[in-house]
Amino acid sequence: MSRNLILGAALSSMVVLAALVSFVWTPHDHAALDIPAKLQPPNVQHWFGTDHFGRDMFSMIMVGARTSIAVALVAVGIGMALGVPLGLTAAARKGSWLDEVIMRGNDLVFAFPSLVIAILITAVFGAGAINAIIAIGIFNIPVFARITRGAALSLWEREFILAARVSGKGAARISAEHILPNVANLLIVQGTIQFSLGILAEAGLSYVGLGAQPPTPSWGRMLADAQTMVSFAPHLALIPGFAIIVTVLGLNLLGDGLRDWLDPRIRVARV
Amino acid sequence: MLRYALKRLLSLVLSLAVASVVIFAVIEVAPGDPASFMLGVNAQADTLAALRAELGLDVSKIERYFNWVGGMLAGDFGTSYTYRTPVSQMIADRLWVSLPLAIYALTLSTLIAFPAGLYAAARRGKPGDVAVMGATQLGIAVPNFWFAMMLVLVFAINLRWFNAGGFAGWENGLWTGLQSLTLPAIALALPQGAILARVMRSALLDILAEDFMRTARAKGLSRRQALWRHGVRNALIPVLTIIGLQFSFLLAGSIIIEQVFYLPGLGRLVFQAISARDLIVVESVVMLLVFAVIMVNFLVDLAYAAVDPRLRSRT
Repeated sequence: MSRNLILGAALSSMVVLAALVSFVWTPHDHAALDIPAKLQPPNVQHWFGTDHFGRDMFSMIMVGARTSIAVALVAVGIGMALGVPLGLTAAARKGSWLDEVIMRGNDLVFAFPSLVIAILITAVFGAGAINAIIAIGIFNIPVFARITRGAALSLWEREFILAARVSGKGAARISAEHILPNVANLLIVQGTIQFSLGILAEAGLSYVGLGAQPPTPSWGRMLADAQTMVSFAPHLALIPGFAIIVTVLGLNLLGDGLRDWLDPRIRVARV
Repeated sequence: MLRYALKRLLSLVLSLAVASVVIFAVIEVAPGDPASFMLGVNAQADTLAALRAELGLDVSKIERYFNWVGGMLAGDFGTSYTYRTPVSQMIADRLWVSLPLAIYALTLSTLIAFPAGLYAAARRGKPGDVAVMGATQLGIAVPNFWFAMMLVLVFAINLRWFNAGGFAGWENGLWTGLQSLTLPAIALALPQGAILARVMRSALLDILAEDFMRTARAKGLSRRQALWRHGVRNALIPVLTIIGLQFSFLLAGSIIIEQVFYLPGLGRLVFQAISARDLIVVESVVMLLVFAVIMVNFLVDLAYAAVDPRLRSRT
């Protein structure tokens, strides 16, 4: 196991652990206002300081991790649940009109960056965590469809698939029983990377007010709140920023480490 | 080449048509009637009807779609519901901020990425490579709007080298305009430059393993000469693709960065339009962004085919 994998796994599990622990324990109530104690820099009582309402930043970061992880995780789930079957189908019917339609559809969705999708959805249905999930999720579909198709295409040329076809299995059954298990590693690695992109996207959407709405704590909105106070209380901006960086860095290192560990030969598109 | 270009052009037109239908349909789902939103709840029925006719809302959905698309093709993006000014004029004003910002950022990210990628590839596995790769790993993880806030804190608030926000305008001279865009462009360029440096490095490493590189070395070129004369040129193809893809990320990223710096660009226009429920503006700006992304990718594809004849046969 590489250093990347160990460091990545450690950072990622730290964040996941913080999110899980926040369900049963936080150092303070994350929503409790304490105006006299506002804008304290990090100290013994408030490890990450307090915000402009005197709320404990450490507790807010812990609960905010829940929002980030939930949004990114469900968005990756949507991308996989729809993208993988599409990619498998396109590969199984390579060169047919169905393949063409799926791939052109992919290109089209790629032309709508997740933020643009989010803007469209928000314009119509209003801002919210669910809409942020949908926006990031839709953008994830073509990513998974494309890498699944790419990997599946080369598998279809292999002898063991030929053997399966000779034994009378149909395309759908071959895709499910032989192709899918062989692209699973690739999907896990890409899933980790999309997960980290999802965390960044959620933070960006919340920052401009298109993500989770108050009172749900979110790292992006903590940064938006901090913007006017950054000159006299820099910890308001530094701490949520570090939380995002640690999470994304951890997931990226985990993805790179997993890729090398699971199969040194596989290549993942990471843009 | 002509056949390939025509085929790509056909798929370009098709993509734009589908994108316009999707955007129009999504905006159509939006609840509420723009005319009654503009006039308020106490509006008279005949005033409402007159305004709806003026806005072109009194015809069928299909007719409205074709009016919208036809108008855009002729440069008419409709009339803003709230400002009552042509949307094309509003977009043109804002484009003078957003477009220079995207180009400025793209230039910066290329200027960072090329030397960094080249340096890392030339020193593969050595401490220099490890340091550059570590730095890019960090660069990818940093949210650009957070980085923007830090730049403001250090360079605008503490050092007072730049303004913390706002746009000075091009009419006060090129330098003044560029100065207001410098911090936003750096913020946008950092993550993109980090990605590009990684792509540059891995593209170069792939090329270094090629037979023709060994031949170049065998004929007496030094490592450095071979890298410059044969490596960089061939590595440009994957790097160009990524630059094309990044353009869309830069446009989207600039929407958020404009919020940090209070820049009057397309992004602020969209957010103001959303809160004012000025949906015609949202619709047209989104269509413009999608058009730009599809167009850039089309041009990148054509540029490839011109450079590499092998790609023409692939669809």
